[in-house]
Amino acid sequence: MTDLTRLTISESLGKLRAKEISPVELTEAYIKKLEDNKKYNAYVTMSEDVALAQAKESEKRYMNGTNKALDGIPLGIKDLFCTKDIRTTACSKIIDNFVPQYESTVTQNLLNDGAVFLGKLNLDEFAMGGSNETSYFGPVVNPWSKDVKLVAGGSSGGSAAAVSANMCAGATGTDTGGSIRQPSAFCGVTGIKPTYGRCSRYGVIAFASSLDQAGPICKDVRDCALMLNSMAGFDAKDATSSSVNVPNFESFIGQDVRGLKIGIPNEYRPDGLNEEIAGYWDKAISILKEKGAEIVNISLSHTKYALPCYYVIAPAEASSNLARYDGIRYGNRVNGRNMEELHINTRTNGFGKEVKRRILVGTYVLSAGFYDAYYLKAQKVRRLIKNDFDEAFKKCDVILTPTSPIEAFAIGDKKMNESPINMYLNDVFTVSVNLAGLPAMSLPIGLSKNDLPLGMQFIGKAFDEGTIFKAAYQLEQSVNFKRI
Amino acid sequence: MAEYILESSNGEKWEIICGLEIHCQIISKSKIFSGASTSFGEDANECVSFVDVAMPGMLPVLNKECVKQAVKTGLGLNAKINKYSEFSRKNYFYPDLPQGYQITQEKHPIIGEGKVFVDLSDGSVKEIGIERIHIEQDTGKSIHDIDPSRSFIDYNRAGVGLMEIVTKPDFRSPEEAGGFLRKLRSIVRYLGTCDGNMDEGSMRCDASVSIRKIGEEGFRPRCEIKNVNSVKFAMQAIEAEAKRQLEIYENGGSFEQESRQFDPNTCTTKFMRKKEYAHEYRQFPEPDLPPLILSDEYIEQIRSELIELPDAKKKRYVENMGLTAYDASVICENKEVAEFFEEASFGHDAKKVANWLMGDFFAMLNKKNVDIKNSPVSAKNLGKLVELISKDVISGKIAKDVFEIMTETGGDPEVIVEEKGLKQVTDTSQIEAIVDEIIASNPQNVENYKAGKNNLLGWFVGQVMKQTQGKANPGVVNKLLKDKLDN
Amino acid sequence: MAIDNEAVKQIAYLARLGVDEDKLEETQQEFNKILAWVEELGEVNTDGVEPLVSPHDEPIFLREDEVVEGCQSQKILANAPQKEFGYFAVPKVVE
Repeated sequence: MTDLTRLTISESLGKLRAKEISPVELTEAYIKKLEDNKKYNAYVTMSEDVALAQAKESEKRYMNGTNKALDGIPLGIKDLFCTKDIRTTACSKIIDNFVPQYESTVTQNLLNDGAVFLGKLNLDEFAMGGSNETSYFGPVVNPWSKDVKLVAGGSSGGSAAAVSANMCAGATGTDTGGSIRQPSAFCGVTGIKPTYGRCSRYGVIAFASSLDQAGPICKDVRDCALMLNSMAGFDAKDATSSSVNVPNFESFIGQDVRGLKIGIPNEYRPDGLNEEIAGYWDKAISILKEKGAEIVNISLSHTKYALPCYYVIAPAEASSNLARYDGIRYGNRVNGRNMEELHINTRTNGFGKEVKRRILVGTYVLSAGFYDAYYLKAQKVRRLIKNDFDEAFKKCDVILTPTSPIEAFAIGDKKMNESPINMYLNDVFTVSVNLAGLPAMSLPIGLSKNDLPLGMQFIGKAFDEGTIFKAAYQLEQSVNFKRI
Repeated sequence: MAEYILESSNGEKWEIICGLEIHCQIISKSKIFSGASTSFGEDANECVSFVDVAMPGMLPVLNKECVKQAVKTGLGLNAKINKYSEFSRKNYFYPDLPQGYQITQEKHPIIGEGKVFVDLSDGSVKEIGIERIHIEQDTGKSIHDIDPSRSFIDYNRAGVGLMEIVTKPDFRSPEEAGGFLRKLRSIVRYLGTCDGNMDEGSMRCDASVSIRKIGEEGFRPRCEIKNVNSVKFAMQAIEAEAKRQLEIYENGGSFEQESRQFDPNTCTTKFMRKKEYAHEYRQFPEPDLPPLILSDEYIEQIRSELIELPDAKKKRYVENMGLTAYDASVICENKEVAEFFEEASFGHDAKKVANWLMGDFFAMLNKKNVDIKNSPVSAKNLGKLVELISKDVISGKIAKDVFEIMTETGGDPEVIVEEKGLKQVTDTSQIEAIVDEIIASNPQNVENYKAGKNNLLGWFVGQVMKQTQGKANPGVVNKLLKDKLDN
Repeated sequence: MAIDNEAVKQIAYLARLGVDEDKLEETQQEFNKILAWVEELGEVNTDGVEPLVSPHDEPIFLREDEVVEGCQSQKILANAPQKEFGYFAVPKVVE
């Protein structure tokens, strides 16, 4: 018998609609898979009972012909999305007992389309990290690990690993500086961060408000299109959600790329770029060229400053966004003799090291006397970074770069843990996109000599995810990456 | 106007420099960033949304009405409406503040500079500059008196829209500040943008006070008196604080900028906390809310819907209706009173109506302890009463009796006069007969009068009125008596 | 702009975080490394450049003034660490 969990979403939907399989059957297959794969630590909360109940409802809809776009598809939800009556923790000790009384708009949209929720997925604490090692529930293990346990990437490490190991058909992720794309690259799956404002942030626990954006992580490009169609759309509960029309993303799948101008930024090929990665980049370029795309050299001259810019703005916003965790209305309180002590004890005890580090940096760069030199300066550089993209997109339709300068590394890697900056540098190819609010996708391009997946990234114009889907699908077809 | 001068023991003259910050709760059905109701009762945390208590993942969405109310208020205070404004976060930890920051407007407030004219008791008018108005969210409330060891927090008030109105340091006396607060309250009530009830906390005032020697350049350190909850207390607090500062300077001392609290029982201010340094707030633009851009059409639309405000009304009452400036400003202070007055005076002698309104009518409301909306005497009936006097149908004295009946029964004065037969007698022959009779029966007094006791005329008038039960027209009685007695 | 241990304590206090005395030096050094790194931004000429707060550039969405939430104190208090009589309870707040 075929392993149902290896099917893509679109394949599963085909079988469900043809009544070859039932939603309950499919859900049970996934539940078994995630029981068998607990070693990866991808899930922090499992909701099998909820999933089975949802699957039964879905079955009724298939029987009476009222099935929806994602009916009966078992998904995993990053534990940053608030899910009504299901514990939501942001993988932080400070709210490890929090049960939302409301549903995030994105997960509600998925539920409305008939999706089944298997449980909540591990992540770096409050999405702050690039290896999932900052999670209060411990690191996710990359399913591609052999002898040494490798990181799954972060912050959506649980999402990428779960999709990679077939522990869900697709997963939600969020991306503030690369948190969908980098773990997707590390785990050999496909993930897209849509344009800022495409998906509502309502009910998504905030890290950095002007950078956070939800998106899907799936087994392939088409699945991403299907899932994003359900997730996206204007939301009156989020004043930064966009009213730009959401096209049918699946319609871009299969369109050819003849005449498409693909930009290659010089600045993304620094001296000392990993040769394998550079090689795969060249390979991707030649594949697309063969398919009739036009390759254009472009310049994103402020790329070098994107990381420091990001590591000022993101902590600044985070320091404010995380002020609400004060032990008064929810979460773990650690008492003190007075309010001030209660605040300090609660926060000191509840937040992990990396989160505290970023809160401190963020608090500092917003202080009077330092605001102009750090925060305001970073916002101005942010404008220049966006301007670079605006200029580049006058010459090309979509940009192609590697997703990450490295492959998955060992959990507890000495060099990475030596200095936080070493870890931050891994975001070098991903953060600019968040600063500019653009859509970008990572998809697997092949394996390294260590047999680990590497990813390529397509960056599109604002609200032009369609072109990304078009180009990425064509590349995917030629690469023919072998999933687990 | 009369200058308000403080004099130190060595004879130096000092003046007060004072500015006010007033927090006005915006009248709206729902809160400024959430869909929870602003009208809550006794039950704690009843009218609270997930946004108001800053649950994880919650986002603010700006209430259209709060924007409109702020623009209205800005127009009412003759202020510049900023077409571009921006929200910011003011970060600080306090149990009443769920997000750990207050969403406010720091660098780009919705309303810019404006001005308010304040009528002073000596008849002069003082112009007070408005620095800015911005909109922000209110905090929750801590309750300290239920449990000896714990405080309880109620977030019903959290997220109610506030307008913070900041004046320039233009006040030179407690009276000016008091007059301004009354005027501001009057304007926001006219506009329906804030109910202005200071005792209920829907309008809260902070006063920033410093003093300096007359003629001195620049400013000395100031203290901010927080949360004063009545006009009277505001005036007392400013005076007390100015005197406190003077005493310090007299003794050769100095002080630092700080926040203080006014104690109405002792009429003194006391130390509250050191002035927070601005950098502690780490204000930065609110990334959850795009900038607020207003169009000219939008602003003009609101301007065109504005009702007549106290200053314009006052001008009209003085110029077109013949009221004194003082009477006009008293009547205009309260919109209901002004509306009552306009209805009562329609077609009648406005000046007389104003006199009645401010005299017997207000006295009656006071005595009965009812507000004008529930007055037993309707505006129409008050107008009719004045008309009866104007047309000499009844005398002023009878009118007081009629008014008395009206306050009890709510009746129509025309009907009362008719039913009780109170119509004034203006028929000269009828009155003349009574005058003759009284002169004839009091020869001694006639003699005394003729001998020069002129004040006896009043006694004769009184006798005639007594005989006619007050119905004789006093003018006619006077004339007849004089004619007869003087000849 | 390097900061000293005292400044680290102050910033930590502003953020209501405690730093153990024995971790202070380490925190300070790490902090300064990060600051030195982000100070690369100083190399960029930003004269006349408008700061970019958010990529969102559509007109602000305003909600109608309608009451759509409330009467849910149980849900509001559902996750409270301590509650009583419908209030959130905390240690005595002293002004």
